[in-house]
Amino acid sequence: MNDKLIIAGKSYSSRLLVGTGKYKDFAETQAAVEASGAEIITIAIRRSNIGQNPNEPSLLEILPPSKYMLLPNTAGCYTADDAVRTLRLARELLDGHTLVKLEVLGDPQSLYPNVIETIAAAKTLVAEGFQVMVYTSDDPIIAKQLEDIGCVAIMPLASLIGSGMGILNPWNLQLLMERVQVPVIVDAGVGTASDAAIAMELGCDGVLMNTAIAAAQNPVLMAGAMKKAVEAGREAYLAGRMPKKLYSASPSSPTAGIISSVRS
Amino acid sequence: MITVSINGEPRRFPQAISVAAFIEEMGLAGKRIALERNGEIVPRGMFAAQQLADGDRLEVVVAVGGG
Repeated sequence: MNDKLIIAGKSYSSRLLVGTGKYKDFAETQAAVEASGAEIITIAIRRSNIGQNPNEPSLLEILPPSKYMLLPNTAGCYTADDAVRTLRLARELLDGHTLVKLEVLGDPQSLYPNVIETIAAAKTLVAEGFQVMVYTSDDPIIAKQLEDIGCVAIMPLASLIGSGMGILNPWNLQLLMERVQVPVIVDAGVGTASDAAIAMELGCDGVLMNTAIAAAQNPVLMAGAMKKAVEAGREAYLAGRMPKKLYSASPSSPTAGIISSVRS
Repeated sequence: MITVSINGEPRRFPQAISVAAFIEEMGLAGKRIALERNGEIVPRGMFAAQQLADGDRLEVVVAVGGG
């Protein structure tokens, strides 16, 4: 089946995007990313530990840009200015790479997006030639504004970052998807495989997750489960589910040819 | 003697040095880093040409795991 996810003109076979944080070591990160089948993986940009352990391996050695589409994020940024600075550094770090994940947070307790700062940052980044995949609330009006600014994917939360609470407002996601033409990728809130399948059954174009895999008891096994869930949910969406009925009165087995009762 | 701030920590050098020499000194040569000087990116191609000045604020960043 030729069913590709197309973001900013580039096509991807996997609709699962994964983060690389919170793993116990690089070996586990690598194994989980591999098992997830993800082609787009998020990374963070942080201050270098100057003078400490110079031979420490780098994340980009185990997850090379030649093999994966890296998606530098702005996690931890609370202002448009900090987010823009972070992504300019990312572009320099990754040799002119322009596909980025913009997130501007509102407060450290909820990590809920600050959409006003997000919109300001998106305008600057798009003007500077970045291809912006944007983390936002599930507000359909804001999502449309972000698309109009030129963002290449809208990434609404399904519930709070790291909460694992699942898809809390499927109605809003549907309203949002009705208004937006660019890919819609659920980012944040997925807790287990069924959550990912539900997002895809709703018609989302993809799912981005980190904690649901990294914080599982067996992250590599969960990564494989998420891969299957995203594929299953996508196929179910494309197949078109049967209508829900309170009573069916339509058994699955033939009604003709039933053997007669011995007593009749 | 110049004092520059590197990722928020003050550091002294006996004399003004180039960004390239600073990178070497910090053991970062050949590493995939990006560097900001007083809020502006210094492209890798400019490392040799730019001299650090007293009071400069440098940010040196790398890619790490994140979601």
